[in-house]
Amino acid sequence: MTNTPVPDGVPTDQVAEGPPIDLPPSISNVEPVLSVRTPIRLEYDFIPSAAAQQYLRAYASKRILGNRSPVDGAVFVPPRGVDPRNGVVADEMVDMVDRGHVGSFCITHLPIPGRRDLPVPYVSAWIHLDGADIGFLGLVAGCAATDVRIGMRVRAVWKPDAELAATAENVLHWEPTGEPDVPVDEAGNRGWALRQAATRGGDDA
Amino acid sequence: MTGHDVSDTVPLRADLVIEYPFIRTTGPVVGAFLTGLREAVLVGIRRVDGTVMVPPVEYDPVTSESLTEVVEVSSTGTIVSWTWVDPPRPGSPWDTPHGLALVLLDGADTPLLHGVLVDSADELATGLRVEAVWRD
Repeated sequence: MTNTPVPDGVPTDQVAEGPPIDLPPSISNVEPVLSVRTPIRLEYDFIPSAAAQQYLRAYASKRILGNRSPVDGAVFVPPRGVDPRNGVVADEMVDMVDRGHVGSFCITHLPIPGRRDLPVPYVSAWIHLDGADIGFLGLVAGCAATDVRIGMRVRAVWKPDAELAATAENVLHWEPTGEPDVPVDEAGNRGWALRQAATRGGDDA
Repeated sequence: MTGHDVSDTVPLRADLVIEYPFIRTTGPVVGAFLTGLREAVLVGIRRVDGTVMVPPVEYDPVTSESLTEVVEVSSTGTIVSWTWVDPPRPGSPWDTPHGLALVLLDGADTPLLHGVLVDSADELATGLRVEAVWRD
């Protein structure tokens, strides 16, 4: 009989006790294997879609492009070339401004292995650009993590011009502008819901 | 500005790698199997109906009852099914064409998947007797 072996550093009060295990003599008096390394790795040859190619090339000159839906005018950033809600091509490109607000956010305290350029705590947020109807992910910095809030106005902090390229890494992070917040009830996807409701009201009138 | 015509430009492309450095705790049953591999011993687990599964699992696949009796099985067995892999896949442990077979080890009631190293598919057959070759 042997009790369940517990890896070093695991608090004993967090170990679920299973039934005792009977081991054959050949492995009952040797050091048990407690853990294994099982890294997984996926290698991609990534070729962006036509819409994403256009977006990335514009991004290299500090322009942010979106797609406008031909159905209801909703603006998607980054552009994907379609309005996925209606299943139609959306090939009208819109130039966006590089400022908006935080729709929602997360403060992360655990480091990502291999990302020494990303000290904790860091704040990832859904950035809703002015004029956009969906948000996209970005880092928020330039203030304490605890000062980030839903509705906070932010602007892009771009890489130095010499380092810009057709990659998603051109915006280093988003920093507070100091402008008054967007009210929480109008921030992020709630803003979209409000605009939708207003549009429906207009149709009825 | 409209349109997504980028046909006059060289497409962007990038090599992307996604990697997770997982370390998994094994639990006592899978741990026993791995401990056995390190000791050059193959083990399975006895099911509620008395048969032996290799590799061992924590719970009976039919009754869901906890299984606790780890039993040693033979390092020799019989091929019950096989295929030939040519060329070997990227990241394979083997760099030459090889068999992959379900091997029913003596003392086990379920077969174990493993490579069978022979020179050609002509040498493989259902019913062929094979034995484990351990690292030094």
